Amino acid sequence: MRAGWSGAITMHEPAARPGDDVILRVEDLAVHFPVGGGLLGGGRRLLRAVDGIDLELKRGECLGLVGESGCGKSTVALSILGLQKPTRGRIVLDGQVVTDRQSVDRKALARIVQIVFQDPYASLNPRQTVRRTLEAPLRLHGVTAKSEIDGRIAAMLRHVGLRPEQAGRYPHEFSGGQRQRIGIARALILNPRIIICDEPVSALDVSIRAQIINLLLELKETLGLSYIMISHDLGVVEHMSDRVAVMYLGRIVETGDWREIFERPAHPYTRTLIAAIPDPLRRAPLATTPGELPNPLNPPDGCAFSPRCLYAEAVCHREPGPSLETRPDGHSVRCWRADEIAGQTALASTESGHP
Amino acid sequence: MKFGTSLIIGGALFALAIFVGLLAPWLAHTDPVMDANLMNAEEPPSWTWWFGTDAQGRDIYSRVVHGARISLTVGIVSQLVNSVIGVTLGLTAGYWGGWWDDFVNGLTNLMLAIPSLIFALAIMAVLGSGLTSLLIALGLTNWSFTCRIARASTLSLKNQGYVQAARVLGYGDLRIMITQLLPNMLGPIIVIGTLGMGSAVLAEAALSFLGLGIRPPYPSWGSMLSEAREQITTAPWLSIFPGLAIFLTVLGLNLLGDGLRDILDPQSRSQRA
Repeated sequence: MRAGWSGAITMHEPAARPGDDVILRVEDLAVHFPVGGGLLGGGRRLLRAVDGIDLELKRGECLGLVGESGCGKSTVALSILGLQKPTRGRIVLDGQVVTDRQSVDRKALARIVQIVFQDPYASLNPRQTVRRTLEAPLRLHGVTAKSEIDGRIAAMLRHVGLRPEQAGRYPHEFSGGQRQRIGIARALILNPRIIICDEPVSALDVSIRAQIINLLLELKETLGLSYIMISHDLGVVEHMSDRVAVMYLGRIVETGDWREIFERPAHPYTRTLIAAIPDPLRRAPLATTPGELPNPLNPPDGCAFSPRCLYAEAVCHREPGPSLETRPDGHSVRCWRADEIAGQTALASTESGHP
Repeated sequence: MKFGTSLIIGGALFALAIFVGLLAPWLAHTDPVMDANLMNAEEPPSWTWWFGTDAQGRDIYSRVVHGARISLTVGIVSQLVNSVIGVTLGLTAGYWGGWWDDFVNGLTNLMLAIPSLIFALAIMAVLGSGLTSLLIALGLTNWSFTCRIARASTLSLKNQGYVQAARVLGYGDLRIMITQLLPNMLGPIIVIGTLGMGSAVLAEAALSFLGLGIRPPYPSWGSMLSEAREQITTAPWLSIFPGLAIFLTVLGLNLLGDGLRDILDPQSRSQRA
């Protein structure tokens, strides 16, 4: 899969962005779910789906959010979208704190942040034409003039690579890739500033993934959007992101510039993720991470990754992971042994190229 | 039965009943209530009296034709009331969950535990006989299946991407239920509604037979059966023709419901797509 856009690494220069200001700030976000419990509430436990994360999204930037299924990526997305009430923490969108109020003003939020879903088959209402799918949100948000609605729908369809005369069709008349284009059009119809892409290509045929990715990149430039790219597919993240945040069990374990993360990963978890990207040019067996994501209801003692970590020492099993240390270059890591491991990598990469 | 056959036969029978009901004043030979003439009492079926006459000399054919109006009105209107109640309760319960869901579930279980005909009988006893109370009694007692189906569909649909997308776009709960959820669960609701119409026609007949529904001399198929009870050996045509009308209408509605289920079932649809 990586071969599909391996050429991207060279063409992907962090361009000078207009106005380096922050459009989304997530501070100490936590979402806990009470689970189980008997008739009298005994034995209730807390599932810490997201446990204190900080994120920053700059205008015009694409932030990759990476991690295994169940690590809390989607819960973060739902919180930003106002669909999941956080247990703790603040979300500041375009200068407004959206988590302080009792009830979220969804309509105002809708004009700032939107989402593109993973499954283009389940994400379009089978009983609505494309036109209705795009028209209803416009009307809801106060656009009532027929000429303006028609104009905006036609322009949006052209933006996403569809023809305006296809607006009268139903979703089942389109292919998966076209449906995802409709999903993108729906996310963009209200002119939001931020798009959360929740695995936008992982349900698509490999042959059309690149098309959708290029479309997303193109729209980001022309419409001045900011993206949060949620994925477990590092190839996609590598190609699209300016910065990357790696999540493990409800926490961010490493964050930094995409080049830093992919070329000098410091956290053992990030390193195993990157080592697990298949590379068709090198048919060596892939490095695998032993074990599975621990049960978030029963997290391990010490650092959450320690049971699976190749570098774990006594301190890792005893003490919870350190706080996220930010280095001068903006690269931050949550690991007791990050510096030692970084030293080893430099050595190892000259020998075998395999950590 | 081959795919589509039951739909065609059922649809044709139901359409025939509707047609007869609508055109009753033109199809009937005589006035079903006023044209009593003891000179023609208890005539067997003949060219003059197609379905024979009753003890008062009224034309059974005309009475059956007019009876279609009452039976179909009761069937359609009471099932519509049932569907509206069932969908409203089931949709909101599935969507909002919480105490409202518990409440609706409890109510549904209660309704399922009481035989609906007995319940309708009790309501009729309170309200008295007549068309309006018949509609109320049958409209309030048969919504539990619709409610269950609507709730189950809502639970499976509400996590679909397009429902989430609607919430992200700022749609209110009511708008989501009406524009996103309802259109996608109509298939099974229509099937249940069609079958429910058949049972409402039967329930009307039963209540009228017991003297609690439509009162003589007005012709409903149930009340005609009730009147014919005493002459079942001497003048069997008095009960055969209204009975046949009930049988064919209910059969038609059941076949129609089955046929619609074949078409609207998401699984059979995806096989054909």
